[in-house]
Amino acid sequence: MNQLQNFTKGFFKENPILVLVLGTCPTLATTSSAINGIGMGLATTFVLIGSNVVISMLAKIIPDKVRIPAFIVVIASFVTIIDLLMQAYVPSLYEKLGIFIPLIVVNCIVLGRAEAFACKNTVLSSLIDGVGMGLGFAMALGILGSIRELIGSGSIFGYKFISGDGILVFILAPGAFIALGYLIALINRIRKAN
Amino acid sequence: MAKTESTFKNMFLVLSGISLVAATTLGFVYEKTKVPIEQTNLNKKLDAIKQVVPSFTNNPTDDMFLLPTDEGDSLEIYPAKNNDEIVGYAVKTYTNKGFSGYVGLIVGFKPEGSIINIAVLQQKETPGLGTKMAEPQFKDQFNGKNPSSFAMTVKKDGGQVDAITAATISSRAFCDAIQRAYNTLQKGGLK
Repeated sequence: MNQLQNFTKGFFKENPILVLVLGTCPTLATTSSAINGIGMGLATTFVLIGSNVVISMLAKIIPDKVRIPAFIVVIASFVTIIDLLMQAYVPSLYEKLGIFIPLIVVNCIVLGRAEAFACKNTVLSSLIDGVGMGLGFAMALGILGSIRELIGSGSIFGYKFISGDGILVFILAPGAFIALGYLIALINRIRKAN
Repeated sequence: MAKTESTFKNMFLVLSGISLVAATTLGFVYEKTKVPIEQTNLNKKLDAIKQVVPSFTNNPTDDMFLLPTDEGDSLEIYPAKNNDEIVGYAVKTYTNKGFSGYVGLIVGFKPEGSIINIAVLQQKETPGLGTKMAEPQFKDQFNGKNPSSFAMTVKKDGGQVDAITAATISSRAFCDAIQRAYNTLQKGGLK
């Protein structure tokens, strides 16, 4: 597999949300608007890149039996760093995503990539995998957030073009399930057609 | 380089090493972000205070004092002074009766007790329903009202407050928080 494929697989072929269906908890919770979804996606991307790089560097020296605790310490450190940075420099986004940021620690994608990819591949491949997977995740969250914001409040990225309230259920949790379900169905349909 | 074997010594050393590096890095980032975070929180509070009281010349956060509530805890009171004359009090109040629990408000009172303006500091109510408490249509109905003559309950409960459609619990909680602020201020003997 060349590096370009390695990078692009996160967007479609192995998209964490739409194909692997990993990390759905933060997905459902944070995509009530497009900007929230993308913010969460980018925060996860940062953690994913950091943990992939560090873990691929340390893979050889970490004994197998303690690899999961070692990975979790690395991931949790990156999550705490981004938590503090967001609090300090983007407080408005932090206010909306605050309670979900610590949850990145338990996001299956991050540990999943560490287990399945970073600890078996070179630093460069892991970096590219992290960027691709992270951006794929952010893209999926952005799309889902846009759909929900459009139907639920008649706006996209806060720009309102339908007056009134929209269909409220799409802002709430059930709407997240409905929108994600249809999105995955659509992706499956496209994958079958190919 | 060969893979490190899972002996007790290796596991101990590697895990301690990783934790040590992680702890040092976190300590460093914490120190770096401490001041900006404090600054952001302070600015947020000051912005809220500015919204709810007339213009002031003092620093309300320096003059902040605590008054006990009927429930046994206390509220933070921020007096706004214009050349040593008190022009209003910003009261940081709360309620736990929101649809999702805690709701934090900051309420500005004139010295004689009527409400100047209200700002929502913290809430996690249902998006699109209870969150409308932060919108002017709802919260501005309290401006200029004095809780001593204005029945601070929703119309459904016999009061004078127009509740948010489909969010009566959030509306009741909002009133509860204002009432708490007013009672505390009155009991504290501030006119």
